[in-house]
Amino acid sequence: MKTALLGVVLWLIAAPLVGGLLAGADRILSARLQGRVGPPLLQPFYDALKLWDKRGGVVNRFQNFYMVAFFAFVLASGAIFFAGGDLLLVIFALTLAGVMLALGAWSTHSPYSHVGAEREILQMMAYEPMLLLAAVGMYLAGRSFHVNALASSGIPLVLQLPGVFLGFLLILTIKLRKSPFDLSASHHAHQELVRGITTEYSGRSLALFEIAHWYENVLLLGFVWLFFAFNPALGVAAALAVYFLEVVVDNAYARLTWKVTVRAAWIAAAILGATNLAVVKLLLR
Amino acid sequence: METPLKAQHLVIFLLLFPLGPALLLAAVRGAGFRRLLVGAGAAATAAASVALAAVLPSGETLWIAFASPFADQAVIVGEIVVTLFLLAACRRIRRREAWIPVVIAAQGLLLGWAEFGRDLPPVATPLYVDPFSALMAAIIGIVGGLIALYSPGYMADHHRRHPEEKDRRRGFFFLIFLFLSAMFGVVFANHLLWLYFFWEITTLCSFLMIGYTGTEEATRNAFRALGMNALGGLAFALAIVLAGTSSSAPTLEFARVAAPGAALLPAALLAFAGLTKSAQLPFSSWLLGAMVAPTPVSALLHSSTMVKAGVFVVVKLAPALHGTRTGFLLALVGGTTFLAAALLAVTQSHAKRVLAWSTVSNLGLIVACAGVGTPETLWAAAMLILFHAVAKALLFLGVGAIEHRVGSRDIEDMGGLIATRPRLAIAMIVGILGMFLAPFGMLISKWACLKALADHNLLLAVLLAFGSGPTLFFWTKWLGKLISVPSGARASDDVVGDERLALSVLVLLTAGACGLFPLAAAWFVDPWILGLFGAPLALLTRSNLLIMAAMLGMLVILPAISFLQPREPRRVPPYLAGANAGGDAFTGALGATHAVSLRNYYLADFFEENAIVRTATGLALLLTVGMLALA
Amino acid sequence: MAFFKKSPWLLHYDASSCNGCDIEVLACLTPIYDVERFGIVNTGNPKHADILLITGAVNVQNEEIVRNLYGQMPDPKVVVAAGACAMSGGVFQDSYNVLGGIDKVIPVDVYVPGCAVRPEAIIDGVVQSLAILERKAAELKRRGGSGEPEKPS
Repeated sequence: MKTALLGVVLWLIAAPLVGGLLAGADRILSARLQGRVGPPLLQPFYDALKLWDKRGGVVNRFQNFYMVAFFAFVLASGAIFFAGGDLLLVIFALTLAGVMLALGAWSTHSPYSHVGAEREILQMMAYEPMLLLAAVGMYLAGRSFHVNALASSGIPLVLQLPGVFLGFLLILTIKLRKSPFDLSASHHAHQELVRGITTEYSGRSLALFEIAHWYENVLLLGFVWLFFAFNPALGVAAALAVYFLEVVVDNAYARLTWKVTVRAAWIAAAILGATNLAVVKLLLR
Repeated sequence: METPLKAQHLVIFLLLFPLGPALLLAAVRGAGFRRLLVGAGAAATAAASVALAAVLPSGETLWIAFASPFADQAVIVGEIVVTLFLLAACRRIRRREAWIPVVIAAQGLLLGWAEFGRDLPPVATPLYVDPFSALMAAIIGIVGGLIALYSPGYMADHHRRHPEEKDRRRGFFFLIFLFLSAMFGVVFANHLLWLYFFWEITTLCSFLMIGYTGTEEATRNAFRALGMNALGGLAFALAIVLAGTSSSAPTLEFARVAAPGAALLPAALLAFAGLTKSAQLPFSSWLLGAMVAPTPVSALLHSSTMVKAGVFVVVKLAPALHGTRTGFLLALVGGTTFLAAALLAVTQSHAKRVLAWSTVSNLGLIVACAGVGTPETLWAAAMLILFHAVAKALLFLGVGAIEHRVGSRDIEDMGGLIATRPRLAIAMIVGILGMFLAPFGMLISKWACLKALADHNLLLAVLLAFGSGPTLFFWTKWLGKLISVPSGARASDDVVGDERLALSVLVLLTAGACGLFPLAAAWFVDPWILGLFGAPLALLTRSNLLIMAAMLGMLVILPAISFLQPREPRRVPPYLAGANAGGDAFTGALGATHAVSLRNYYLADFFEENAIVRTATGLALLLTVGMLALA
Repeated sequence: MAFFKKSPWLLHYDASSCNGCDIEVLACLTPIYDVERFGIVNTGNPKHADILLITGAVNVQNEEIVRNLYGQMPDPKVVVAAGACAMSGGVFQDSYNVLGGIDKVIPVDVYVPGCAVRPEAIIDGVVQSLAILERKAAELKRRGGSGEPEKPS
């Protein structure tokens, strides 16, 4: 109980710091890959603090509720994870958060937000199977759905679940909102959908989105860590390496269409995910 | 054991009482009196079903002896009447439907042989109640009663809009109450011949109600429903012939008592009958066709009756099918249906068709759970039945109310409903949330299901993972449509009268089921599982319950917080590349003003409807045949 | 401490420029000038922007658009008119459809001369506008911020 509480407190306090620093590192790394110097490491914090001081406007009085709900459920999702709770509940809470974000965009009745919202749930449809299969895979290999049991089991999950891990990396690109799968909202300027899902948000609600995204990234890297949890230090190294890889991929690829995104994620889930599960089930249990 | 008098009486009351209002309604013409009768009948039925759930001793199964030989004879006469009536109705068939009366006649002959040609021992306890039956009866009583309550207003409006249709409302209300009575029969019958009788009445009622409007399309769809259900009836009759021998009476107990091998074939046949009734692939088309009927019929067929009768029987058979290859294939039929129907729901913009495919999909999940047949999956199946019944009834009645106010059943015409008709929109939102989102109803069951499947049936776990994506997609985009707020939208007239009462109660029920589901689990489902397997099931650990409660609490508290913000933020029009021309309009080429018009994604060229239907139907047919062949 | 200076997000609008200035604006993002060093982001969305950078003169076609974009930016905000045309209408000022410089429609805070305007000048103009942005932010805070947009002068 004590460690669970500690996990939640650490998550609430440390995750945005880590997530913000990672976002800053991402921007510097991206700039270097493009031959630029890039912003300071703390730039994401400056951005969020600035947004907090802006007088944001709204299209209607409902839209901010959905953003607050998105933020709250991302926090809840991570709290379950870092308290060592049930992986499936983590995924469901994260799904709920995503639905809230899309609903906020819908509520504004703005064309760019609308396209963003539709694409957001397309992305969710694309990654949901692989995410659930990853949880099932961990259960088969680690004999529990609980994060604390999986982490303390000492079982090298990544060695038993290499296919699931690869499939997870693919959908991680979608979840981190990185090219080639950054369909619904992008950090790069001048997109066909403007800012997609966040187009109608400004000021504090936009700051909430940014912070929630940091939280979300840390949670997702927590999933990566879990694959390597038999050696915690290796897990951290692996999570950082994966993040680095995602940034490189982000800079190396142009955006793909939603059809390719859904197909790629589903084929990965069907081939890498399901096959891996079958092998684990047949051989290891 | 000595059965407590009260529960037994309530069971008989539920079986017979709805016939009273049914017969009276068949005679009454006046609208006011009809409303009164429907209201009183629905209230009494609902009250009795709740009372039954309350007085049933926790966790026990009551076997109800019925000494009178008159009852058996009445059932036989009833069966003959139903068969003759259906055969007479077949005079309106087309040439390609000629197989339907043949199947019905074959059914009748088989049954006649089972009843008169063989010497079956008498059934001591033709009726029974266990906790699951009591839960099911409460669902039928309350949800069915609310749908009945909603109907008079809807039907009056329906006939105002369609003056060309013949007014057959007397028959309509007769059928609704007959249907309720038959559903109670299906739930309480232990004697297979009785079960068959009630089963056939539901087939008859659905046939007549689907054909209510009398149009050519309605008639054809009614015959399609009849044909497919007759196939199921034939399988049912075969099952009776096989299950009842000179040494064992034909009761539903065979699924638990008989040697595993001997029970398998009749169980598989009954499961086949359940598949047809609950509109699983390859038999889904009749439920889609049933959409031509007035909305209360759709609500009745989809939520608490008809299709639920199918899965109810399949769930009851689970002990006989557990661990067999037949059960495995049955589960795969359910899994295939779950995935395919969810994909199909994505492609539809017609609200009732979306609801229909989602019903088929959810029932697929229930069938899959029953096919696997472990305590966890049966727990999930029972909870799915509960959540689906209340939420789906709410959604159907909501769509019906919207149709009569907006004039369309198309989801694209429901944009901004939260602003124009807030009460209706909230009813729909509650229903949709109950259908798919954490921490509400269905998701609890999905969660329990996925856990169990990971252990017992990996293939199904994969199907479930793939099906949950499209499920999320089609519900969320509908939700998005409802909650989008076009500028300048004004609230207008809302629901009134009985419709409002029915919708409000269903909203409360859905919310209650989502908030208080641990109670439903503790009162009905857990004791039932305990009785069935002899071991308690600890699915809902305390910490997980706490997490779910916290999430539910957040969803309730967050809106309150966000409306308490100190200062209303500045209102800004939506971003339209700077070309705003007031409200949701923008200035386009040549200075013309256009209104913003947004449509949802239906991915029709990605998920091709015909291809999916063909592939999934073929696959399901193969699996169904395999299921029977392996039994 | 306010962070407007450290994170200026910018919306670039081409009113009716010949594209000479626009190319120079984009040049600022390239490795040679790399304005992201200062936290500057080219947002493309008025609701996310702090600085409205306009090139070209205002004409009758886009007068409303300029007003709308400005009106949709959240406070505090500044406007930078980049290039001769944005300042005064430039060589187009006598055209039948040209209204003149940006300040005919919305209040301009910084004028950056040039035809085409040089990237160094643009960066300098943006940096100067940041001081004004900070001042406006402080002003807004002092007033308690009614949230009302500034009225165009």
